[in-house]
Amino acid sequence: MDPQLQLVLQSAPFLLKGAIYTVGLSIGGMVFGLLIGFALALMRLSRVWPLIWIARIYVSFIRGTPLLVQLFLIYYGLPAFGVRLDPISSALIGFSLNMGAYTSEILRAAIGSIDRGQWEAAYSIGMTSAQAMRRIVLPQAARVALPPLGNSFISLVKDTSLAATIQVPELFREAQLITARTFQVFTMYLSAAFLYWVLSSLLAWVQSALEARAGRHSREAP
Amino acid sequence: MSAAANSPRPMIDARGLTKSFGTNEILRGIDLAVEPGEVLAIVGPSGSGKTTLLRCLNCLEAPTAGTIRVGDITIDGSRPLRRQTRDVRALRQHVGFVFQNFNLFPHKTALENVVEGPLIVKGEPRAKAEARGRDLLAKVGLADRVDSYPSRLSGGQQQRVAIARALAMRPDVILFDEPTSALDPELVGEVLATIRDLARERRTLVIVTHEISFARDVADRAIFMDRGVIVEQGDARAVLTTPREERTRLFLRKFLAGQVPAAGSLPA
Repeated sequence: MDPQLQLVLQSAPFLLKGAIYTVGLSIGGMVFGLLIGFALALMRLSRVWPLIWIARIYVSFIRGTPLLVQLFLIYYGLPAFGVRLDPISSALIGFSLNMGAYTSEILRAAIGSIDRGQWEAAYSIGMTSAQAMRRIVLPQAARVALPPLGNSFISLVKDTSLAATIQVPELFREAQLITARTFQVFTMYLSAAFLYWVLSSLLAWVQSALEARAGRHSREAP
Repeated sequence: MSAAANSPRPMIDARGLTKSFGTNEILRGIDLAVEPGEVLAIVGPSGSGKTTLLRCLNCLEAPTAGTIRVGDITIDGSRPLRRQTRDVRALRQHVGFVFQNFNLFPHKTALENVVEGPLIVKGEPRAKAEARGRDLLAKVGLADRVDSYPSRLSGGQQQRVAIARALAMRPDVILFDEPTSALDPELVGEVLATIRDLARERRTLVIVTHEISFARDVADRAIFMDRGVIVEQGDARAVLTTPREERTRLFLRKFLAGQVPAAGSLPA
């Protein structure tokens, strides 16, 4: 058998184990990121200026600094203040905080894109703001937010490779470790790239299926 | 003839309503009482403040000053609405609103649109709310479209669903904000017919409209507004046929003059 192919087959279990970390970090970062993002979006949409400013500064800081630097701050920087986190926790916190900033902008824009008449119609039947948000505005905003959220998620899957720099045994880190032993640089990184590509394509497919489902009520009248 | 004569207390009583956007005065002290069972038409040129007045009555617009009483609920326009949200919400459950652009919930079917208020706001049991929702949709002639999404309905059908949605809350009065202005001409009739049916049931209706002949036929009383004040009011047929005020006469003349060529100059 071709030695390169043999190497790929031998390293497959390690790469796949790394891919599990990649997927786990991505899903975790997205879920917590959405929660943080929704809270930030509500702060931005509130009329309480301290909340608005806290959210604005947070989003500006996260978007204005590299994710790699943020991960280093958490993993290598926090121990200076006595906060020692293991690599996976550090990465999960870093990705969640980062995604929170990006998803908050997406959610804010999506909520803002819903016609004022929808709020008014909800109010006109006696709804509270919370009921109008939950029952009327959010379901429509979710549909608007779905494509950009999907794109952010796919970016996150690829960005989790940065966690390799803080010792998380994810896909890219596994590829690096095998490369260090075998010196088969191109083969190993190509294998890792291929796995990222498969993951991204899978997600893109799920995303378009979800979008088709969400869009089924909004077709034009015949 | 109107129910006003033997009624002790108006259904809606607005006193001294003013509304300004910056230095722009939209409403300059409106007193308005609507009697139970009365159909009131509000007409006037665009920018006269008639839509703003209607929106103030449902607190969709916050008045700058004045009071609005509906039943036992009184809103003080000089205080911020967010300091009296409980009263505002209670008032809105008594006052239905039909929008110019329908504002149906696009992610919900016709029936879901109609039952949303009874289910979520009033907490009615689903079976009861849905049975009544079906009845209301049948009443506005849409028994066969209960499961249709708004995007599958014509403008006239959407507006009739919106009327059913307002009725589902069992309001004491329904406010219509130019309910046919966004409709294609051939769809206006079906919506006007639905409103006419409600008028026949002696429901209390306040209708802001440009359909002068409809207002003349259906309304008991008409108000002509211009530049934020009520210029003239009285029996609908009288105000809209033989007005006393020069401004009303001018408006009606312009209106009729504008209508005739518009209708004649567009051969299908």
